[in-house]
Amino acid sequence: MPEVMIITGTRKGIGRYLAEYYTGKGYSVVGCSRSEMDKEIAGYEHHCLDVADEQAVQQMVNEVRKKYGRIDVLLNNAGIASMNHILLTPLATVRKIFETNVFGTFLFAREVAKVMCRQKYGRIVNFATVAAPLKLEGEAAYAASKAAVDNFTKVMAKEVASFNITVNALGPTPVATDLIKGVSDDKMDDLIRTQAIKRLGTFKDIVNVTDFFISKDSDFITGQTLFLGGIS
Amino acid sequence: MRDKAVVLVKEAVSELNEELDYDSLRDVNDQTPLFGGESGIDSLSLVMLVTTLESAIFDELGCTVSLADEKAMSMRNSPYRSVGALAEFIAEKLGEV
Ligand SMILES: NC(=O)c1ccc[n+]([C@@H]2O[C@H](COP(=O)([O-])OP(=O)(O)OC[C@H]3O[C@@H](n4cnc5c(N)ncnc54)[C@H](OP(=O)(O)O)[C@@H]3O)[C@@H](O)[C@H]2O)c1
Repeated sequence: MPEVMIITGTRKGIGRYLAEYYTGKGYSVVGCSRSEMDKEIAGYEHHCLDVADEQAVQQMVNEVRKKYGRIDVLLNNAGIASMNHILLTPLATVRKIFETNVFGTFLFAREVAKVMCRQKYGRIVNFATVAAPLKLEGEAAYAASKAAVDNFTKVMAKEVASFNITVNALGPTPVATDLIKGVSDDKMDDLIRTQAIKRLGTFKDIVNVTDFFISKDSDFITGQTLFLGGIS
Repeated sequence: MRDKAVVLVKEAVSELNEELDYDSLRDVNDQTPLFGGESGIDSLSLVMLVTTLESAIFDELGCTVSLADEKAMSMRNSPYRSVGALAEFIAEKLGEV
């Protein structure tokens, strides 16, 4: 029986790569994003939903449980960013960021953990960012939302540990996706200079960490946020 | 709807008790205490019960409900205090769907 994995935010960027990589490794992958995929991936099933829509998330997780019988891994990747000075940031933007990054992560983690706690096994990986520990100017709302994800990860790790579910987070450095395409080259260079290892992150750097977190052998690794590039 | 809810709760409690083996849950009726008080189940067992019920409701009735409740930890009003109270709570939730 292939292991069953849910990945959020799979239409493009890191999530898209994760869907291709883990179907390639033989997982049954079910993913979601607000829009349709532009091309099919073998072994992958897509749902169109907003991760902050409670009903839709419950419906999807229930359907996956019913169809596949179990859910082994959740990669809570869907996320949005916005760069702006605090004094110029509309509340609506902050709300949207928190809805996607915090509420979406919460809803998927809660619903999937309900399935995992009954099968007494599960691996959850949330997505943080180096923008939080670096306290990056211009990213207050985004960094705050991901700081929330970081803390949520640590508390949830304790609450579900007895069900043999681990909850960890990965904090990527900048990786070339649409998420960062609005950031100027100067700003990006400054940011990368603060890293111990001064280069952009790659999709491979990401799966190196997710592979580790979701490995069966990582059953003693939980409540950790691992930052790439030497940021702490 | 309440009768159906009682059946679902009783089934879920028996299913769960195969694993948990609480003496107090061997013979279940409306008054059987669930969560809170001395004879009740612990909070992790409550989590299991609630998730088992949510899945059963989806599988049998095809609707998604969340049985999460702010009053969970209050003794007097908790919808999880007894089999009957939980069934009542589910019937109410299903009425809203
Ligand atoms: N790239 C980086 O430099 C970087 C650095 C640190 C952390 N991260 C984190 O890594 C994760 C992935 O980022 P990325 O760079 O791959 O971003 P991206 O290229 O912008 O992709 C975001 C993905 O999430 C989906 N999505 C966005 N909002 C959604 C919502 N409300 N509901 C469902 N799906 C939604 C998008 O699809 P739809 O538009 O179709 O919904 C898309 O597939 C994010 O959590 C991000 O914060 C990225």
